Amino acid sequence: MTLYTSRQIGLNGRHGGMIAPVIAVGGCDLHGPQSALSPAGVGAEQISSLFWWMAGGAVLIWAVVIGIALYATLARPRKKHDVQGARWLIIGGGIVFPTVVLTILLSYGLMLIPKLRSTGNVDLHVAVSGEMWWWRVRYTSPAGEPVELANEIRLPVGKRVSLSLTSPDVIHSFWVPSLSGKVDMIPGRENTLILEPTKPGTYRGVCAEYCGASHAFMAFRVVVMEPQDFEAWLTHQAQPAVSSGSPSARQGEQAFLVNGCGACHTIRGTAADGRVGPDLTHVGSRLSLGAGMLPNDAQTFARWIGHTQQIKPEVRMPSFGMLPEEQLTALATYLSGLK
Amino acid sequence: MTDITQENLEQMDRSEDEAQKARLKKAWKTPEGWRYWSAVNNTEVGRWYTAVSFLFFLFAGVLALLIRTQLAVPNNDFLSADLYNQVFTLHGSVMMFLFAVPIFEAFSILILPQMLGARDLPFPRLSAYGFWCFLIGGVFVCGSIFFQVAPQGGWFMYPPLSTQYHEGLGADIWLLGLSFIEVSSLAAAVELIVGILKTRPPGMRINLIPLYAWYILVVAGMILFAFPPLIAGDLLFELERLLGWPFFNPEKGGDPLLWQHLFWIFGHPEVYIIFLPAIALVAMIVPTAAQRPIIGYGWIVLAAVGTGFISFGLWAHHMYATGMPGISLAFFTAASEAVAIPTGVQIFCFLATALAGRFVHSVPMLFVSGALAIFVLGGLTGVMVAIAPFDFQAHDSYFIVAHLHYVLIGGMLFPVAAGLYYFYPMADGKQLSERLGKWAFWLMFVGFNVTFLPMHFTGLLGMPRRVFTYEAGLGFDLLNLISTIGAYIFAVGVVILVWDVVRPKKKQPHARRNPWNAGTLEWLVNMPSHPWSVRSIPIIKSRYPLWDQPNFIRDVDEGRFYLGDAAEEKRETLITSTIDARPIQCLRVPGPTFLGLWAAVFTGGVFIFSTYHWYVAALISGVLGLITILIWLWTGTALIPEKPAKDIGLGVTVPLYLSGDKSVGWWAMFITMIGNMSAFASLVFGYFFFWTVHEDFPPDPSQGPNALWSLVGAGCVLGAWALTLLARQANRKDRAAVFYGALILAALCCVAGGLALFAGPYSSGLDPKSHVYPATVWVLVLWSLVHLAVGLIMQLYCMARRLAGRMTAEYDIDIRNVALYWHFMAITATVTVVVIAGFPRMV
Repeated sequence: MTLYTSRQIGLNGRHGGMIAPVIAVGGCDLHGPQSALSPAGVGAEQISSLFWWMAGGAVLIWAVVIGIALYATLARPRKKHDVQGARWLIIGGGIVFPTVVLTILLSYGLMLIPKLRSTGNVDLHVAVSGEMWWWRVRYTSPAGEPVELANEIRLPVGKRVSLSLTSPDVIHSFWVPSLSGKVDMIPGRENTLILEPTKPGTYRGVCAEYCGASHAFMAFRVVVMEPQDFEAWLTHQAQPAVSSGSPSARQGEQAFLVNGCGACHTIRGTAADGRVGPDLTHVGSRLSLGAGMLPNDAQTFARWIGHTQQIKPEVRMPSFGMLPEEQLTALATYLSGLK
Repeated sequence: MTDITQENLEQMDRSEDEAQKARLKKAWKTPEGWRYWSAVNNTEVGRWYTAVSFLFFLFAGVLALLIRTQLAVPNNDFLSADLYNQVFTLHGSVMMFLFAVPIFEAFSILILPQMLGARDLPFPRLSAYGFWCFLIGGVFVCGSIFFQVAPQGGWFMYPPLSTQYHEGLGADIWLLGLSFIEVSSLAAAVELIVGILKTRPPGMRINLIPLYAWYILVVAGMILFAFPPLIAGDLLFELERLLGWPFFNPEKGGDPLLWQHLFWIFGHPEVYIIFLPAIALVAMIVPTAAQRPIIGYGWIVLAAVGTGFISFGLWAHHMYATGMPGISLAFFTAASEAVAIPTGVQIFCFLATALAGRFVHSVPMLFVSGALAIFVLGGLTGVMVAIAPFDFQAHDSYFIVAHLHYVLIGGMLFPVAAGLYYFYPMADGKQLSERLGKWAFWLMFVGFNVTFLPMHFTGLLGMPRRVFTYEAGLGFDLLNLISTIGAYIFAVGVVILVWDVVRPKKKQPHARRNPWNAGTLEWLVNMPSHPWSVRSIPIIKSRYPLWDQPNFIRDVDEGRFYLGDAAEEKRETLITSTIDARPIQCLRVPGPTFLGLWAAVFTGGVFIFSTYHWYVAALISGVLGLITILIWLWTGTALIPEKPAKDIGLGVTVPLYLSGDKSVGWWAMFITMIGNMSAFASLVFGYFFFWTVHEDFPPDPSQGPNALWSLVGAGCVLGAWALTLLARQANRKDRAAVFYGALILAALCCVAGGLALFAGPYSSGLDPKSHVYPATVWVLVLWSLVHLAVGLIMQLYCMARRLAGRMTAEYDIDIRNVALYWHFMAITATVTVVVIAGFPRMV
């Protein structure tokens, strides 16, 4: 299963490129769909360059301290070092040097905070709610209508986006390492995260705060697109569902309504209007299933519906393994067809 | 003629010496057979404590291997999500609560009296009680995983996940089991503070205290302010879980962030509570290895105290991602950076000492060097994650896992291993093997770095913490596999270390005395040691008396200093003044008893039965525990001596009984109540936290508790306090009628005050389940009521003591300590009423 191409994940970040030779640490590629070190957003770029500067400094300081320790314990100078010199070491190494270095670092770090968090000049608002264990995403359509989606966020490149983050159940944390740092989603509060993607591509986000049994399976995709593609996509997502109309899909739609799926899921344009689980109006157009867990194809969809609990422990959706095979297949065909 | 006299004298000396040793031996004899477990002496309890905390370390280490095995490859199903979550929760909780903190208490109980030339700590039965609590609570918590009911909320137990979504027993086991252990940590803290302040040898002024003792003093002080907030948090948490009081439930006005504040106000100082004692071991080992006194003694003490203070101002750097305002981020970033400076000072003091000395290589020093290499890197990544913007990425990722293990293993485990190799001869009389020690070190050092160095990148490549598995192809498959291999290498090193400790050493000769040629008092110990520890309690004139004071060991051994004899065959140790260490009392410390064990069993019963909601059993257990503790106090404390004073040698006579602020019991009560007040302050903090953060708190002033009843309650409590003070005065003047009259009235006032305080919120119909406001009011009232109940028992106890002739006008420790308790009781009740009844009317 390969959901990413190297172009999609955006190679060679501006600042990552600055220290490109370091990329191969221990023979490991530091690029990945979820890497904070291959930044594709303003926040991640600034933090990644901060990291490399700090890491370089840390290695240097470590080497000097360990050098002094090795010299002190291994060297056998003819004349013993005098106590006065040793005292200067304490004052210089223990007080003066760290005070200077920390002051510089602190000033730089504090200057970054407003840059990362300023809520001015925002082009787009998206509301994301972390729920055990998936993501409810709300956009406002170009026509001003609310559009509810799930487990996938698309953003226009080069625009400042403000995400309002909430949770109805437990604490989650919204983290797309390639775009920026994380912010917690806390029941009873609303937090804000500013994203400003700089490179088109597909990135992976995860829940970073331990949130129960299937915390490991709470992921999502972020697709950064050209602004006009984004507009088109959002306009499409705001439309009601369009089924392919094939016999199998029609049978699937029936099965969906008869088996009570609509009590939890909404498919706009049908009778299904449940609010508990993810909106499935355009589920077939998404890049993954089960909150970033599985590839999105009809076969996997059937397996997901039949074995939900085995695939994702303790999730609220029961397994529908008791349905006859053909109904599962029809459901999967119908849902995958909702592009 | 003269020759014969000389010979006779020498013979008399020898026989007198033998007689004195025999009496000391009789007084300090360790019980045998099954009664061995009634021992309370610091050497026995310290060894048990150390052994048991090491067992918990090994247990948590096995859990770590399970974690690494599960994460070796992507999409692994070696452990289920449910079991994995229990395993990582227990791994963290056991390492922190059952190993990292207790091991320092264990080490200190074992070696601190020796360092201070004392025969024992001032409250040996309290140490024993603390140990048994620790054992029972620890086994209970660890055992849960074998029944698959272990806690699974992470060692930080964030609500609402752990309050509203984990229905099993796990969270209760965590809360009650660990609260129980926190209580034993507080007991140890009290014991160690009083031990350091009051049982130093004559002449050991505060500027001559061994660095280890300074560090422990700082750390025990930190425990008094760090653990109580967690205990208060546990109380709120358990009230929410068992009774539905919605402290953390946002739907009823609660706030999950209150727990995070209380947890990290504990949790960050906790890191330094773990780190400083380990550095304390290094501060003892480095001068020995360099064969010269430490350079920068004053710097180190100041740095330790400074670290202690600053560590209370950093807690929110664990909460950067919660959406704090920018100004808070800036403040906590700055404070978190600042703590690096005192840490750096300490490290450079050690380097300077090594530089100026003649360095002798040894296994302990090898572990110290490894600790330095690891810890410095952990400290540097700490500086990085303290910068809020970087933490936005690193937080809750494997970068933090790497950072915290560098800090804890470099700053704690390696120094503890160094301490183990260094101090082992003191406990056993034998040396550990140098060859095995080197093997253990290199395997642990290499294994550690192979495990945790790659994790920095695992985290930055995006792997979050606490996931039971991960998807293939995200860039960290290989890194995880390397970490797992490293973990097994590390484990082999630990196994070799354990083997070195447990391997039979019958044939191995005893180590020579002072095997490392150290300069501090604990190396007076004989190989093998005597149960009375030092032959006589010496006069100290230097920080390194074994190096600096001529004929020191001989003079101690020949009983030429204090308390070289136990004429009454009782266990005795010397109490000195706090600052300049003048002898002021000969303290009789109690001997073996099973009371501490029983008291621990019954206290444990209260917590364990409550976990299963068997409240009747818990109540019975509580009553039995109370009775046991009362018997213990009645028979073992404030005993009236057969004579007022005693000759302790060198022409000095000191009293056998001191009361008021000169008695160790008074100090213990004072220190305990400081801890108690910090728990109470945490609850009050909760009240004002809700008030500042939530507009519906209080929902409507008219819904507050009935002001009249609350005021009557406070008045009665203040009356009970004044009457208790009156009783203390009357007792001192030996006016029995006034004493009894005042105490009876005080007890009645206490009961009346309790009832009135209860009537306050009760009469206005505050329902603690309905909203966080009534719940917060009730919890403050509840806190006062429980303390009033204890205060009442104390008043009745004093009456009984005087009736039984165990307390007199002159020997009045009991009533003076009770009066001290009541000072704090008066503060508690007053603040409670001002907050719950007064505050809503003020705003």
